[in-house]
Amino acid sequence: MIEAIFFYIFAAVLILSALMVITARNPVHAVLFLILAFFNAASLFVMLGAEFIGMTLVIVYVGAVAVLFLFVVMMLDINFAALRKGMLKHLPVGAFVGLALLAELMWMYMDWTPSMFVDNSARSPTPHGVTNTHALGQILYTQYLFPFETAGLILLVAMVGAITLTLRSRGDVRRQNVSDQVARNPKNVIKVVKVASGAGVEL
Amino acid sequence: MTLMHIGISHFLFLSAILFTLGVFGIFLNRRNVIIILMSIELMLLAVQINFVTFSSFLHDLTGQVFAMFILTVAAAEAAIGLAILVCFFRNKDSIAVEDISTLKG
Repeated sequence: MIEAIFFYIFAAVLILSALMVITARNPVHAVLFLILAFFNAASLFVMLGAEFIGMTLVIVYVGAVAVLFLFVVMMLDINFAALRKGMLKHLPVGAFVGLALLAELMWMYMDWTPSMFVDNSARSPTPHGVTNTHALGQILYTQYLFPFETAGLILLVAMVGAITLTLRSRGDVRRQNVSDQVARNPKNVIKVVKVASGAGVEL
Repeated sequence: MTLMHIGISHFLFLSAILFTLGVFGIFLNRRNVIIILMSIELMLLAVQINFVTFSSFLHDLTGQVFAMFILTVAAAEAAIGLAILVCFFRNKDSIAVEDISTLKG
């Protein structure tokens, strides 16, 4: 009973905030609703017994991805009103495609039951008596070691790619050039001038 | 499927609705790349809910491992997508999708 109530609360807020993400007038509000959606999805994951994925979702999505979106939305000076102009023109096509997809998915899930052999075919059955994080760690670093390291490599490539794409050298900025400073020789840059009294100094 | 007993179908229906909202968002905001990227994040979240649901109800941890990989790919995709967006905005002063077609060659 209490489980059902919480499921419906989280699911309703998740769907409503997802709806607000795609319809919000202000993109900053869209990002904030995206954060709300991720929080509710994390709660649903905790309900499903996948605490580690839920907490990772909060850390990665809310802590990193959503903040990245917020930075970009606020940093770029974009006229969002102009971008919304032709919005209603595509509404019928989008609604048709969306409803067709939803109907197909619902139809597929309606009377879906797992196969009777599903317990025997589990690749890595959930162990008893250990926490979710412990169990996940046990298979992540053994059975899925190479995919796990590939995921790390993907993140590295993404990081290098993002830096390379956004880094630019601007010509109008004066920077400190350490090697020039160190190579400066007093003989070339200092001139000792004997000043005759009454006469000025010529530079 | 009953209303008060939460089973696997409830979570699957939820993820189906969420995925559809993501697809709908791409159609609705087809000029604004930032909202399109957010819609893709929503679709990835729906897929992730699917994975974790099956993993939890069928007692197989593999689904949760793959949900983690989706998380990785989603983070990388958002970082690269937004970097390309910033790069494009510097060159064109716009993020409208129509202008991106002028980048040929």
